[in-house]
Amino acid sequence: MLAIYKKEMRSYFTGVIGYVFLVLFLAIGGGIFCLSTLYAMTANASNYFIYMLIFSAVVLPLLTMKSFSDERKTKTEQLLLTAPVSITGMVLGKFLAAVTMFAGALLVNSLCFLFLIPFAQLQFASIIGSFVALLLVGVVFIAIGLFISSLTENQLTAAIGTMAVILVLLIIGVLNTFLPNDYWLRYVINCISFFSRFQTFVSGIFDLSGIIYYLTVGALFVYLTVRTYDRRRYN
Amino acid sequence: MPSIKMVKVENLVKRYGQNYALNDVSFEIGEGEVVGLLGPNGAGKSTTMNILTGYLSSTSGRASVGGIDILEDPIEAKRLIGFLPEQPPVYGDMTVEEYLDFVFDLKGCTLDRTSHLEGIIASVKLGDVRRRLIANLSKGYKQRVGIAQALVGDPKLIVFDEPTVGLDPKQILEVRNLIRTLSKNHTVILSTHILAEVQAVCERVIIINQGKIIADEKTQELTRTIEEGYHYQVKICGPQRDVLAALSKLHGVKNVVATGERDADSYAYVIETLKGADVRKAVFSLCQTKSWPILGLCPTGTDLESIFIRLVDKSNGADDASDTKQKRRAH
Repeated sequence: MLAIYKKEMRSYFTGVIGYVFLVLFLAIGGGIFCLSTLYAMTANASNYFIYMLIFSAVVLPLLTMKSFSDERKTKTEQLLLTAPVSITGMVLGKFLAAVTMFAGALLVNSLCFLFLIPFAQLQFASIIGSFVALLLVGVVFIAIGLFISSLTENQLTAAIGTMAVILVLLIIGVLNTFLPNDYWLRYVINCISFFSRFQTFVSGIFDLSGIIYYLTVGALFVYLTVRTYDRRRYN
Repeated sequence: MPSIKMVKVENLVKRYGQNYALNDVSFEIGEGEVVGLLGPNGAGKSTTMNILTGYLSSTSGRASVGGIDILEDPIEAKRLIGFLPEQPPVYGDMTVEEYLDFVFDLKGCTLDRTSHLEGIIASVKLGDVRRRLIANLSKGYKQRVGIAQALVGDPKLIVFDEPTVGLDPKQILEVRNLIRTLSKNHTVILSTHILAEVQAVCERVIIINQGKIIADEKTQELTRTIEEGYHYQVKICGPQRDVLAALSKLHGVKNVVATGERDADSYAYVIETLKGADVRKAVFSLCQTKSWPILGLCPTGTDLESIFIRLVDKSNGADDASDTKQKRRAH
């Protein structure tokens, strides 16, 4: 697993994907910070986190689109699958590499809040809680991206497919505005909507069930990726 | 035959929908053997190798390496295998050294890294390109890098899927020599559709056609099979009718046919001989006596296609015979 993790980290920076991701994330992330706090003259970071969530949905597929589809296309997966490494180890190696990239970019971005300290009383607990939630939602997006990348040989298909699935999971909460208040489907949508759960964190509540939900969905997609590989050996 | 079984394949079946890629394939390979899997494209060679190395799973049947079942304990079984697939699994964005370093880590090798990798680079002759990106290497070098990764970790069983495809004649000879060297300390399975390759390096050959084993014998025995019932193509200057009559009377000749190919005053004939008979000397003496110059004399039907046709006919004949026996018993 460690060998695959190291190889993935290396390949982000020997190609362009790692640099493009970091430049986009840091530049646009910085821009979002300026617009939502400095320019708006407020220390309330809720808008920053919501825009960052939507931006992550667009930019994270960049990290995962190549992970399995390229290995499949160039047949290098034969090396990984015939090496003494479990399929779970292989998937986790790639997953953790993408998570490291995202966490690193997020950490650097979080330094922007240091600029606010001289001007306002920051609610650090709420900000840290929101960063944890953003990180976990990103982890789920990465898990979804890896799963979709394992289904296709084409990087572009993987990227667009990932974006589509993530956006559906994000905007599904919008449906609630069309449903009556006590309708059961409303409750179900609230449960599965990434956005509704994320808003809870942004409003300053550290929702443990939300953490468990994100971790469960992330684990589910990692498991599905492992199963996809396991299943393909039989087809 | 060595007593320890390095590879054991029992009743392997691989089905894709209604099509059988492998249909009840069984064989054993002893430690230290060099075995060639021979067959036309699509015969099931790669499928057999992919199942043996754990890349694919079989529909039914068992495959084990060094006594370890590849499905029950894949990680331990894979530790014993070095595999070069049909397309070398190399990363274009790595240099040769970086790639071998990665494979060393991937396989969790405990050998001394520097000396082991240096030894492999020297044996596969990659020293000149060790710091070059694999994407910029020629096909021959990429194939060598693929061979090098299979050798990392010094596995007991080395599986090469068509190792000489895309190489130039000099490189082919080098790879064959390398396989010969490896065969001193390793069990080697290589697949090919080139008969000469098997004859050059393998001591045993398993011939697969349409997912079934149609022959499993020592290479020498295969050569004998080929020599049985030889056909010779001969071109002789002389009156066609007289030559035909004289050739037909030679001892060991079963049949002579004029091919219709004509060149000035010479005609081409195909001589079919009886089992085990070599008529070349007799043809020469005859032509010398009659003063008919021989313009060419060569055996035909030793190409892979002809051997397949012969072996498939033979196996079909055997099937028919066993069917007839069973029917008789039923009566």
